Amino acid sequence: MNWRTFAALLARDAHVVRRNAVQLFLQTFLQPLMFVFIFGRVMVRSGYMPPAYKALLLPGIMAISMIFTGIWAVAMPLIAEFQWTREIEDRLLAPIGNAWLAVEKVLAGTIQALVAGLVVIPLAWLLLRPVDISIHAPLPFATMTLLVAALSACGGLALGCSVDQQHIGLMFSMVLTPMIFFGCTYYPWSALNAFPVLQKIVLVNPLVYASEGLRGTLAPQFPHLPVTAAAAVLLGVDLLVLAAGLHRFRNKAVS
Amino acid sequence: MPIGVRIRDLRKVYVSSPPSAAQASGSSLIGTPGPRGTSKAEVVALGGISLDIEAGEIFGLLGPNGAGKSTTVGILTTRVRPTAGRAWIGDHDVWEDQVAVRRLIGVVPQRPNLDFALTAREILTFHGAYFGLSSAAREARATALLEEFRIADRADQMVRGFSGGMMQRLSIARALMHDPTVLFLDEPSAGLDPQTRLLLWDIVRDYNRQGKTIVITTHNMEEADALCHRVAILDHGRVIALGTPAALKASIPGGYLLRLRFAKHTPDLLARLQALPGVREVRPQDTTGAHIYADRGGSLIPEVASLAVAGGAELLDVHISEPSLENLFLHHTGRSLRD
Repeated sequence: MNWRTFAALLARDAHVVRRNAVQLFLQTFLQPLMFVFIFGRVMVRSGYMPPAYKALLLPGIMAISMIFTGIWAVAMPLIAEFQWTREIEDRLLAPIGNAWLAVEKVLAGTIQALVAGLVVIPLAWLLLRPVDISIHAPLPFATMTLLVAALSACGGLALGCSVDQQHIGLMFSMVLTPMIFFGCTYYPWSALNAFPVLQKIVLVNPLVYASEGLRGTLAPQFPHLPVTAAAAVLLGVDLLVLAAGLHRFRNKAVS
Repeated sequence: MPIGVRIRDLRKVYVSSPPSAAQASGSSLIGTPGPRGTSKAEVVALGGISLDIEAGEIFGLLGPNGAGKSTTVGILTTRVRPTAGRAWIGDHDVWEDQVAVRRLIGVVPQRPNLDFALTAREILTFHGAYFGLSSAAREARATALLEEFRIADRADQMVRGFSGGMMQRLSIARALMHDPTVLFLDEPSAGLDPQTRLLLWDIVRDYNRQGKTIVITTHNMEEADALCHRVAILDHGRVIALGTPAALKASIPGGYLLRLRFAKHTPDLLARLQALPGVREVRPQDTTGAHIYADRGGSLIPEVASLAVAGGAELLDVHISEPSLENLFLHHTGRSLRD
């Protein structure tokens, strides 16, 4: 392992993110903030939603922002660079094992997802206040946030090395959209009690554990899956998706 | 210290389609039954080649598209996994010891693969950073290279809008950033204007004079001839000839071609021309012209001229073609390099 090269690869990604900061900010936050505004403010103030819904919604929005950011940050450049521009070749010739480049991408994606998740909290709080959320247990909250961020970046690696350029649209409509809607982001998992079969099926969706885990640490007054169980599942899924992503990356990196 | 490259029995078989740089149009397609009886096309890009590239030489891999040149470079630069056989840069096995190999090599790809998210200068400085150059060292080297490659005036622009020639120059500058001991250039002059091509040749020669080994692939025999100390001619993934350009050309029987034009020639004159020492074949071209394939060129002219005077056929025009790698490829394969 060559730390100087690893740090330089990370510095390159950080530089590119800084250069595109405004665009990334709009891309990451515009949609969740509009969602927060409509559902958390308009619907609540007009009486269609109870005020308590605001606190229920926020952890889900945070999970969506993180998942979207991490996947976008890792998958999109990989898809373009492997299949079209071949820009990644220069970095594949850097004096470091190919897998470390993938690890660097995951680390960069995780950091971006963390920033996205942590920026959503104050922004949403500004839009929604008063809202009944608190970080009453910092360590579980930090662990859960980190696991969700890692999930998004690992997922980005796996998707970025598996999806063809012409199927990017399909990736969003077939993978991300169902994940978000069946990911207990806008409702707690217990809301599916009335749909017992669906309630079991959605458990294959890692976003369920992300939303429920964040809900458990930010707004524990609502019913939620046990935080420890959610964290354990997420850790397992993170490792599995990372292994799959690294395998795909290694195969893509050489012909 | 210059280092060499060794290649032993290197084979590469693509199961899926080869990368675009190595589209093996001329390679053999073998249909092998897959596990469920489905047929998967295998493309043999390299059929077991062995080569020794000496330390400090400019070595050319010459051949038509699909000959296996880019695949060879791909394996030597750790970007293509060999199916069988081994290769070493110095003492480092290219597949087993990739990181050490990457420190020693610089690569100019066939297709520009510049980092579009960066400016020209940043492309160089980040490349230097990947190779552990200090901040001051990479800034200084980037500035020098941008100057040398005539990109300085656009150094701080994004490279997306650069012309093909500028991108190619920047690719070469990038490959030189970490001062590699072995430089690989894959079809470096494809798509370059003649002026830039000459600049490129100067740069390659200069770099070689600093004791660097250079491996260059080309299907341009003029380039191989002008630049390379030794050349391997590849066809269908095999080495069909190896040597200095001069030795290779000398190995073709009757490598010189003399195109003559007379006021009018006679069968008797043609027979006398055929009898001259060193002449391999005389082919009449209509009633006034003749093509002579011979082992020597200019030294034949006085004898041809005296025969013409003696035979009453005035010699009007003479054109001598020297032996060329093009002729050599034709001689070995029956096909032109451009086929």
